[in-house]
Amino acid sequence: MPQNEVVEGLGLDQYKYHFITEDEPVFRSGRGLNEKVVREISAQKDEPQWMLDFRLKALKIYNAKPMPTWGGDLSNLEAVLDQIYFYVRPQEKMERSWDDVPANIKDTFEKLGIPEAEQKILAGVGAQYESEMVYHSLKEEWDAKGVIFDSIEDGLKNHPELFREHFGTVIPSADNKFAAMNSAVWSGGSFVYIPKGVELDTPLQAYFRVNQEQMGQFERTLIIADEGAKAHYIEGCTAPVYSTESFHSGVIEIIVKAGAHFRYTTIQNWSNNMYNLVTQRALVHEHATMEWLDGNLGSKLTMKYPSCFLVGEGAHGSVLSIAYSGDGQHQDTGGKVVHAAPNTSSQIISKSISKGTGRSTYRGLCKVYEGSVNSRSNVECDALLIHPTSRTDTYPYIEIEEKQANVGHEATVSKVGDEQLFYLMSRGMSEEEAMAMIVRGFIEPIAKLLPLEYAVELNRLIELEMEGSVG
Amino acid sequence: MSEIPILEVKNLHAKVADEDTEILRGVDLTLAKGEIHAIMGPNGSGKSTLAKIVAGHPAYEPTEGQVRYLGQDVLELDPDERARLGIFLAFQYPVEIPGVSIANFMRTAMQAHLDEGEELDLFDFQDQLLERMELLDMDPSFAERHVNDGFSGGEKKRNEILQMAVLRPKLAVMDETDSGLDIDALQVVANGVKKLHAEDPEMTVLIITHYQRLLNYIQPDHVHVMVGGRIVRSGGPELAEELETEGYEQFRAPA
Ligand SMILES: Nc1ncnc2c1ncn2[C@@H]1O[C@H](COP(=O)(O)OP(=O)(O)O)[C@@H](O)[C@H]1O
Ligand SMILES: [Mg+2]
Repeated sequence: MPQNEVVEGLGLDQYKYHFITEDEPVFRSGRGLNEKVVREISAQKDEPQWMLDFRLKALKIYNAKPMPTWGGDLSNLEAVLDQIYFYVRPQEKMERSWDDVPANIKDTFEKLGIPEAEQKILAGVGAQYESEMVYHSLKEEWDAKGVIFDSIEDGLKNHPELFREHFGTVIPSADNKFAAMNSAVWSGGSFVYIPKGVELDTPLQAYFRVNQEQMGQFERTLIIADEGAKAHYIEGCTAPVYSTESFHSGVIEIIVKAGAHFRYTTIQNWSNNMYNLVTQRALVHEHATMEWLDGNLGSKLTMKYPSCFLVGEGAHGSVLSIAYSGDGQHQDTGGKVVHAAPNTSSQIISKSISKGTGRSTYRGLCKVYEGSVNSRSNVECDALLIHPTSRTDTYPYIEIEEKQANVGHEATVSKVGDEQLFYLMSRGMSEEEAMAMIVRGFIEPIAKLLPLEYAVELNRLIELEMEGSVG
Repeated sequence: MSEIPILEVKNLHAKVADEDTEILRGVDLTLAKGEIHAIMGPNGSGKSTLAKIVAGHPAYEPTEGQVRYLGQDVLELDPDERARLGIFLAFQYPVEIPGVSIANFMRTAMQAHLDEGEELDLFDFQDQLLERMELLDMDPSFAERHVNDGFSGGEKKRNEILQMAVLRPKLAVMDETDSGLDIDALQVVANGVKKLHAEDPEMTVLIITHYQRLLNYIQPDHVHVMVGGRIVRSGGPELAEELETEGYEQFRAPA
């Protein structure tokens, strides 16, 4: 049997998040994207006029912009989008206690282990189901210190000035076609504010679940870490496997003020019928640090390049990413760092694994503006190929206007070697175990930065993916 | 001695898969349980090829003959199956596994050696690993390092012996474990092997080397000379000394 058939046969069963919850949404828009849908969404949310105007303007930008011709294969996307429900409201209102969340939805998140993790290791949890946040809660202790961790809708409602001051300032609607789309139809996501000097010792987590077939999810997250604050935000996402395509396009804007330290971790594990096109960007001020830790394991196609705009002197940004592409998957990921102030530093470390007919692309930009003296940047991307049919490409763009800057770039491609496999097997490990061990070792430099529970989960997922990799 | 030999190689011919040149051209070799054998021979004579075929390396293709382990034909078995039966190869060129600690590696290997359904006790494992490291004069911090990644030649060889000590094979093939070791490291390795053999006198050891150095510390029962893909002479320990003074020239006559 050709090895890819074996791999494919196992692939679906292995995706352990495949289960469909039976339910009736409270409201659902028609299929496709048009002005009516945009107005419906705004009305459902009872928004101020300025937000409706913002959305309508973004829709015009979206319509005017052509589909990108780079990145992954988007040739079928227009047809897919025509069939997509852009807004699905699963329940009347967001709840603060799991007991008030409808049983079937609560059940879904219990299966995903969210309430359990909340008890054990998290400072707060938000849970989005279809288009809306169905649950949001922050531990008392942090609430008392003035931390805001809320749905984006409640952010707009309850903190209108803080919200409007920052919303859309990091990623303008016109940034790219999908940022424009999100700006027109955004729904769900988090609004986070960490006050000056407050340091959270456990992470905040938002979990995104798409349950319905042919759904589009468009979460919008706005995070402000005030001066000297410190926090870690984790995002996870899954969906059931359908034969039709689904769509996810998020926009994440982060402002890291002077001396603050923010880490944003994504463990993206969408089912393999999902288009995942996300824009994530942070503005990093004086002596602040922003870290993106980006794990992309699922989806059909992901296009995502977390960015750090280093706008204050001494700012530091890093993008650490792991991409895994199994059969038929394409992860087009990487990172962007823009140096726009003196003494700024950045690093991008990207590790990709391609299996079967999987394809991983590293796409990155390092830009140093004139005047960003003594800036340093280091880019390192390593690709691991499991099968002869697996593919990887590297597109590192480097633009340096400042002479007194130091930019390094290194790329490696390795194949799982016969000698490595033989070595491990000669110690009694099966070929699959050996393969999983090599892959775990390959991602270790990044996996070790995750909280233990997540690192264990990541390793378990990799192991599952390696099952059936032996043809 | 009517006992079944632990290893019996009969008229073994082999080549690199996808190539035509024969590397092994009729090897015969028998090891009884508990014995220590040495194979000596010049570079390129096929010693490592023999070792890798015994362990099951897929790059080599046996074209004729047999390899029997405790009476069982093992040529059709995968390397992991052979390992679980008790065959161990200490590599001439140990392979780097970046990002994987020795502790993790050893734990997985030990777990793999257990029967299906049996779980390795983690505390037990810790104790055993520490005890084995002590036996080999190794610092416990060594277990945290990534397998062979950035190791010196000597560290790599010591790591091979550590694995052997932990896995307690029935048949250990040591391929040039002495090369690249300074005299201190050589003694540690030799003493380690001697201790392991004393612990388990049934353990059989096949030492591959082209120097006599190691054999000054570990006295073999039998010495074989391999040239051009064949065992051309066998004898007792005195053969090693003879080779040391006279070299392999005498065997270089065209076959
Ligand atoms: N994988 C291989 N591909 C091609 N030739 C090989 C390979 N392995 C061994 N050989 C050849 O087989 C011969 C014996 O090699 P080897 O078994 O490593 O010898 P030794 O260990 O005695 O030095 C050498 O001529 C070597 O070049
Ligand atoms: Mg050799």
